[in-house]
Amino acid sequence: MNHWPLIGVGVVMLGFVLRLNPVLVVVSAGLVSGLAAGMSIPDLLELLGTSFVSNRTLFLFVLTLPVIGLLEHYGLREQAQRFIGRIRSLDLARLLISYLGIRQILSMFGLLHVAGHAQTVRPLVAPMSEAAAANMRNAPLTETERQQIRAMAAATDNVGLFFGEDVFIAFGAVLLIHGFFQQNGIELDPLQIAIWALPTAIAAFVIHAMRIARMQSRLKAADQEQQDAAP
Amino acid sequence: MLRLEYIYWLISAFLAVTAMINLRERRYGMSLFWAILAAAFLFGRQVIQLAEQGQRLPAQLMGVGVILLGVIASMRPHPAPVESGTRAERELGATRLGGRLFAAALVIPIATLVLVLSAPYLKLGSQLLIDPKHPSLIALGLACLLALVAAWVITGARPAQSLTEGRRLLDTLGWAVLLPMVLSTLGGVFTATGVGDSVSVLLGSVIATDSRVACVIAYGLGMVLFTVVMGNAFAAFPVITAGIGLPFLVIQHGADPAIVGAMGMLTGYCGTLLTPMAANFNIVPAVLLELPDQYAVIRAQWPTAIALMACNFLLMYWLVFR
Repeated sequence: MNHWPLIGVGVVMLGFVLRLNPVLVVVSAGLVSGLAAGMSIPDLLELLGTSFVSNRTLFLFVLTLPVIGLLEHYGLREQAQRFIGRIRSLDLARLLISYLGIRQILSMFGLLHVAGHAQTVRPLVAPMSEAAAANMRNAPLTETERQQIRAMAAATDNVGLFFGEDVFIAFGAVLLIHGFFQQNGIELDPLQIAIWALPTAIAAFVIHAMRIARMQSRLKAADQEQQDAAP
Repeated sequence: MLRLEYIYWLISAFLAVTAMINLRERRYGMSLFWAILAAAFLFGRQVIQLAEQGQRLPAQLMGVGVILLGVIASMRPHPAPVESGTRAERELGATRLGGRLFAAALVIPIATLVLVLSAPYLKLGSQLLIDPKHPSLIALGLACLLALVAAWVITGARPAQSLTEGRRLLDTLGWAVLLPMVLSTLGGVFTATGVGDSVSVLLGSVIATDSRVACVIAYGLGMVLFTVVMGNAFAAFPVITAGIGLPFLVIQHGADPAIVGAMGMLTGYCGTLLTPMAANFNIVPAVLLELPDQYAVIRAQWPTAIALMACNFLLMYWLVFR
């Protein structure tokens, strides 16, 4: 078996580690992989071209940009921050843990596209998280802390989505599992497959909620340090 | 019937306008960049169909286009976030419009939900309005349009302004918006060149199949590793379950297949949290949230992923053997 195409994986890892331009790294990795597999240049170009246009769904989020761009011009993020500022009792942990729970439950009911990075995280959850964190601190947040908070908001969306969706029996993953075993002569009840996603779903909620709480404690501690250090 | 292709044409139009504005501003490199993308979105379906019929030139030209995109991107610095308007303008807008800004923003998720749920019942004459093959994606596209109208009404802005704001955002995000799509493309190339098969063969040759613990760990690690390489747990599942889960766990050690399947897939998801190849989940948000570190989301996630993985291994070991 030809294992040389694995060099493509190495190219991606090396390129990302060396912080070369990611788009170029990825395209190069594809070319390297194809050449290592012994493909001719015309075949490789064709593969690259058809694969590219087959993955156009990965660009759909761009359609939210005109809306979000316009609303942000008129102060969407500022409004999100004001809104959170007014709810004194909503700190970062409560906000993100609630979002985690909501996202997970919506996923369990198959409502996967209601929330998401373009739909809810960028316009609403991320700015609200920054505001909620600022709420509970005396010293302003540093740029690094802001980025970490936004990244955690995105991470929370992912965890909520991934570990809720398998509980929904009509979800692709459940159907894939069911279909696979069926092809191999084992009849399973999709409901069984869905139910067994629950233990992990609960574990995911607990683990990630604890991490959000820890992040909040760290932010508060940093605040305390700054206060103590001030003359 | 509204097809996904029409949504792609909309995107193509947006990209074409962006390309033209860049041309006017004499930014020739980025103009070409957006123009190539606009062509990909306009002619994508034809490219695939022609290639299937044996006419490979359009696909090959598109391949050259992809390489050009990589070259152009590499000649540009990492895009820096630029905010829209002045802070004073934005604060004024927030004061004037208040919560109505949220209403417009929330149209996207809510309209998507409503359209997806009602898709089986929405008919145009005798045909379904929304193509049943991609209901949620088309719903998302339509919801964006509806949200755009809501935004026009609420802000009182001229419709053209949303185009200029959108393209300003697009140019701000720059070549980074392409990263998710191009990573996914790489996944397709890897599949075609057999990288996936290589990974599963190499894994299969190193397991001690007598020990139940070893098999559980091998299955779990196999799912994670394969998912990390391919960016997709769905791609990993049939390969790793056929290679390790089914023969060793279910058949040799008598594990419950429903539990093996469910937990195996979920362990794969832990891998999805770790890999830049899962571009939709890990790189799109880094781009959208204007994080200078493109791994920022993965950095925020990996402790959850590792902890859950360990949890899943334990759960699998306890629950799977009856």
